[in-house]
Amino acid sequence: MTQPVSPPRGATDKAPPAGPRPAWSTVVFRADVRTLSLLGVLAALVVIGGITKPDEFLDTRNLQLVLTQASVIGVVTVGMTFVITSGGIDLSVGAIVALASVWATTVATQEYGFGGILFTAVLVGVGCGLVNGLLIAYGGMVPFIATLAMLASARGLALQITDGKTQIVTVDGILDLGERDAYVFGVPPLVLVFAAVTVIGWLVLNRTTFGRRTVAVGGNAEAARLAGIDVRRQRLYLYLLSGLCCGIAAFLLIILSGSGQNTNGNLYELDAIAAAIIGGTLLSGGRGTITGSVLGVLIFTTITNIFALNNLQSDVQQIAKGAIIVAAVLVQRRTASTT
Amino acid sequence: MSHLPSRRGLLFGTAAVSAGALLTGCTSNEKSDDGQPAADDRPAADDRPGKQVTIGFAGPQADHGWLNAINENAKSRAEKYQDVTLEITEGSNDTAQQIGQIETLINKKVDVLVVLPADGKALTQVGLKAMRAGIPVVNLDRIFNTPQAYRCWIGGDNYGMGLNAGHYIGEKLKDKPDARVIELAGLDNLELTKQRTQGFDDALKNYPNIRKVARQAAEFTVESGQAKMAQLLQAQSEFDALWNHDDDQGVGALRAIEQAGRDDFLMVGGAGALSAFQAIKQDDGVLKATVLYPPTMAASAIDLARALGQGKGVGGLAEFEIPASLTLYSAVVDKTNVDQYMPTGFE
Repeated sequence: MTQPVSPPRGATDKAPPAGPRPAWSTVVFRADVRTLSLLGVLAALVVIGGITKPDEFLDTRNLQLVLTQASVIGVVTVGMTFVITSGGIDLSVGAIVALASVWATTVATQEYGFGGILFTAVLVGVGCGLVNGLLIAYGGMVPFIATLAMLASARGLALQITDGKTQIVTVDGILDLGERDAYVFGVPPLVLVFAAVTVIGWLVLNRTTFGRRTVAVGGNAEAARLAGIDVRRQRLYLYLLSGLCCGIAAFLLIILSGSGQNTNGNLYELDAIAAAIIGGTLLSGGRGTITGSVLGVLIFTTITNIFALNNLQSDVQQIAKGAIIVAAVLVQRRTASTT
Repeated sequence: MSHLPSRRGLLFGTAAVSAGALLTGCTSNEKSDDGQPAADDRPAADDRPGKQVTIGFAGPQADHGWLNAINENAKSRAEKYQDVTLEITEGSNDTAQQIGQIETLINKKVDVLVVLPADGKALTQVGLKAMRAGIPVVNLDRIFNTPQAYRCWIGGDNYGMGLNAGHYIGEKLKDKPDARVIELAGLDNLELTKQRTQGFDDALKNYPNIRKVARQAAEFTVESGQAKMAQLLQAQSEFDALWNHDDDQGVGALRAIEQAGRDDFLMVGGAGALSAFQAIKQDDGVLKATVLYPPTMAASAIDLARALGQGKGVGGLAEFEIPASLTLYSAVVDKTNVDQYMPTGFE
């Protein structure tokens, strides 16, 4: 299952190269130094939150809230991490979430209940991913342009479907999943889905041929092709995967907001890319880390949470958010010497 | 003043026609020769067909329930008049594109322009251009920078929304010592959001027992409403009233309130969405009222544009001309009057 293909750059969980075997601790340290710095940032935020608003921040409900709010964008970010690792980009994720959520909440779909909505959301996500993948892998389009085109047309289609109206979900089974009594041992179902997607994403990227091929294509597509990887097919699958994640995220968003609206998923593409990059995934491809991406999402969500708890206004929030992104990346570059 | 006699002639003529129509119970335009205008007869626009008017309508992209309702109101009102032709452009939030669309309408030589600019300041120049070309502009809602750029402005009262919401909440809580209220505002980079907040704060000054303890801005979307409200509920374990600027984001806010299992406060919405009216009527949740920002202003703008095109005043007002500006009233809709407003609710 893990037949070695062209050596991917920076795949730290692989066997160490031949020759003098480096101290095992060095390997672990190298692998984790980024993650540790991210955990440090997150811990610092928790301390700030705990000091400024001890009662509200250090509260089980708040933890549930932060994780719930991280779930939708988190699932999108996992898909995005794969695409960026392969050297691509998907600018259409927010628009796909919008299209999938409004398509799934049209009256026609709601007649089929829970299953109909879930099926439609995922199908629309995968469908958009398929179009992206075909354009990029077999149409020879640059990912930036192809997904930009998808961004525009999916948003347009979402607007056309809704006619600017908010489509409210009336299917009970779905809304119940967002209620407190649906929590499994205190964990909201949305968070469980996010956790499952994260674990599966981590396993696929780090423990399967598919993951190694993804890294290889991102590191050096030509070398990957020479090593016998069907680069085109791999790219097609990656955009399909991103679309699938958007479909799942759209379904989570429907549960969360109880409706479909064409403005859903606004600027998700930027949030997902930022979280992946902060997490340590290389924008140029060849290295990706699901753990880092998820920590990136959690850092963003925690910042937003602390801002809201302290009643900071949106202008201050935006300035501070920008500053924290810069700080997080700078800290990372200091602590992680490897490229 | 030399134009006055001819206008008067028109005035009396119209009045005579009206009187004749009333008498005969039909819309016949045969001349009536009683020549005795009644005291309340004015050159007012009414439903009877008059001079053909082509109205150009340019609005922003309807990516929000309220904006969509604006477009529908304009279209359905124009269809009501046999003498009105509506030239409608594709909605756009892109300033350059909207300018281009309005210039096209100017070139088509429409009789009157109705413009709801995505950005009032940015579109002032093209408003001026239309006015200089002799096409009167009815500026809808988002106001141009200078009165020279429009003949008439009609729009909502953002300050009044805040004021009325504040007074409604104030009256409900006036007997409660140390009452706490919170505000879920709209997009903070829009001027109208600041006006709404200012009105709200000014109203609350009348009630020294009430304190605003938190304000967060959302983005007029269901998603942002849910996210920001969930945070606010976590931040404020106890409060008595909430004012939410927009019913669309209110769908999300209500969802967050339901998810948090909170019902210990009263909520007032804004704008007048159908879902809000229904919730107020059912009266089984926190939403007790909403402050209007009526999309019917688009229908009124068509009325005004038609009156302008036909050179008439407005029915019921003792003026020869339509006013230079009209500000709609931000009525509070609660359980007592919701049935009356239900038909104006937008999805």
